[in-house]
Amino acid sequence: MSLETIKPSPGFHNYLPKEYQDLIEDGPFHQKRKVSELGSFKEAIEEHPMCAGCAMTLFIRLVYLGLPSLEHSVIVGTAGCGRLAITQGAVPFIYGNYGDTNCVASGLKRGLDIRFKDTPKDVIVMAGDGGLADIGFHAVMHSWFRKEKFTTIMLDNEVYGNTGGQESGMTQKGMVLKMAPNGKKFEKMDMLGLAKTSGVAYTARISPTNPTKVVNTIRKAVLIAREVGPTYIQAYTSCNIEYAIPTPKVMDDAREVEKDRYGYLEYFSDEAKEYWDKSEADRKKARKAQVK
Amino acid sequence: MKDGAKVEDKATHQVREDDPRDRVASPPAPTPEKIEEKKKGAAAQRIVDPDYLMIDAPREREFITGSEAAKEAIRRANVDIAIAYPITPQSETMQQVGYLYAEGYIKDYYRAEEEIGVMGAIAGASRAGVRALTATAGPGLVRGIEQIASWPGGRLPSVLLVMCRVVNCPLAIQPDNVEISYLLNCGGIVLHGENQQDFYDYSVAAFMIGEKPEVTLPVAVAVDGFFVTHARGWVNMPAEDLKLPPRDCYHESVPMMDNENPPIRISRDAPIQKSNFISYQMHASWQQEVFAAQERAKKWINRWLGGIIEVVNPKAKTMIVASGAAVSQSREAVRQAEELGLDVGLIKIKSIRPFPAQELIEATDHAERIIVPEFNYVGWLAKEVKSTIGRNERVIAGPRVFGGMSMPTELIMETIVGSKIT
Repeated sequence: MSLETIKPSPGFHNYLPKEYQDLIEDGPFHQKRKVSELGSFKEAIEEHPMCAGCAMTLFIRLVYLGLPSLEHSVIVGTAGCGRLAITQGAVPFIYGNYGDTNCVASGLKRGLDIRFKDTPKDVIVMAGDGGLADIGFHAVMHSWFRKEKFTTIMLDNEVYGNTGGQESGMTQKGMVLKMAPNGKKFEKMDMLGLAKTSGVAYTARISPTNPTKVVNTIRKAVLIAREVGPTYIQAYTSCNIEYAIPTPKVMDDAREVEKDRYGYLEYFSDEAKEYWDKSEADRKKARKAQVK
Repeated sequence: MKDGAKVEDKATHQVREDDPRDRVASPPAPTPEKIEEKKKGAAAQRIVDPDYLMIDAPREREFITGSEAAKEAIRRANVDIAIAYPITPQSETMQQVGYLYAEGYIKDYYRAEEEIGVMGAIAGASRAGVRALTATAGPGLVRGIEQIASWPGGRLPSVLLVMCRVVNCPLAIQPDNVEISYLLNCGGIVLHGENQQDFYDYSVAAFMIGEKPEVTLPVAVAVDGFFVTHARGWVNMPAEDLKLPPRDCYHESVPMMDNENPPIRISRDAPIQKSNFISYQMHASWQQEVFAAQERAKKWINRWLGGIIEVVNPKAKTMIVASGAAVSQSREAVRQAEELGLDVGLIKIKSIRPFPAQELIEATDHAERIIVPEFNYVGWLAKEVKSTIGRNERVIAGPRVFGGMSMPTELIMETIVGSKIT
């Protein structure tokens, strides 16, 4: 999609909502926006029906900023809180069936690759812990085994938030939640370990405490997926409702959990590392040449 | 049996030379040399007008299995991606399609994890704007049905071949077409082929019907497993260097998810799933539109399947109404009835969705008795017929066989004469 595609015919411009006009004139397409610019341009996502203080919403906002080619990205999701915000984004979103994200993304990415040989089209799965680790687990694993070239982002709030607070596989052991009246009986699933075992090219664990880090991680994951193979980001995006975190304390909680058990972790496969180091070196060289 | 021995073909009663291939359950995988040779064939294919390929092109006759007929249809269908998962009696077809991929007739192909994975990936591929194909059978269809039921709402033209078999417990792999009843309310088009020829013809037509702008729906082509898939029959086919035009995804009723479209899908509407009166209205009208699109497919079904129904002896007072393999048995019953001096007609239903309601009402209006033989226990076709025509006490819902039984023509004859035939 070029900026031309979303531009209306001249006569119609003034009849479109102000929102839409802003997206064209001062939006995120075809230009690199920085974290420091947030609030000063028309973002891909603004209004949303998420709960006040939701950390997941902040994270999703940063994902849109991190996508290296917003105008050529398609996001795939499934039922859960996240899609309430993602459907409001100015990026095509496929809201599939329950837990089918990574099957849909496999077919979508392959189909786009057949049709667009010269333009890389990025497919990004963004769904919750229930959607990816429970109902969509088999599809996630097999997309990794098959080395499908797209990024999977888990919005891990460690609970089924959208259906009202039931235990998920990513809930910590012992937590008392709905459907776990006596506390969860087993450990939080080790999706990062499974990703590594199944040959994911790049894996990262992150909390939304440092926006620049989030943006850079997203960008890295999408670019590596484009060239090397599947990538996986697992983000702590707390549920302040079900875990009763006071709204002003949401970021304090994120920092505490990060320090305690959700610190930044990165894992590269050898191939991904080689690709990333080389492309970083090339970028630096190009930047230097530009300065000169 | 010695090579070169004379054998009688059971279907045609012709005596011919024994073909060693008849004695193996599955054709052997082609050698790498053979694949290289076939690649030339794929490269030499040329695109022709769909009407030419389906109606006008000269045809040659081959004696092949239903699975092979499906393969030949796919060879000529310009498919972009095929996604496979094994299940009896379908496996043969999708592995044959795999050879087509190796030979360059299809651009992408893989064996997916299971049917939810297959049907989800088909949805993804179809949304990317490419022509997508898969096939399944019985339990595989039911496993994938959450996905399959969502394709029509997504307005995703893709083709699903269904080789019917037993679904229910106790598990069995035998022929039985109860699974079609699960497909009836999904919203997609459902064609039901009688024999190997139909399997070829309907499969080619399926892509073109589903991709018509006013239709934009998935098409399922069902046949009765084993009876059609694993048995041989004569199939008339045009030359293999002809193929359909590619999918033209910018001329369909919804835009693709390829970011090359005007921004209808980057609007900031709240999701339809939210509970408010606008969402109810949207969902309701969307469903109406899906089923209206089925009706609009009739025109193309009539054109490319040579009519949505076929009628034999249209004035007979006893009419048999059948679909799938039951049509073949019914044809034989009509012949035997004629020998006995009985006046019996036959209506072959080619499309179950859209259902040929008006056509059936007209074709049965004069009939005193309507017999509906079926290869399943539940009698889904009889229910369709009863709920469609007037004076439905005329409908005799049977005979029915299921769980792998074959249908001797005598069963239909007994229903016609109303007593045991000895």
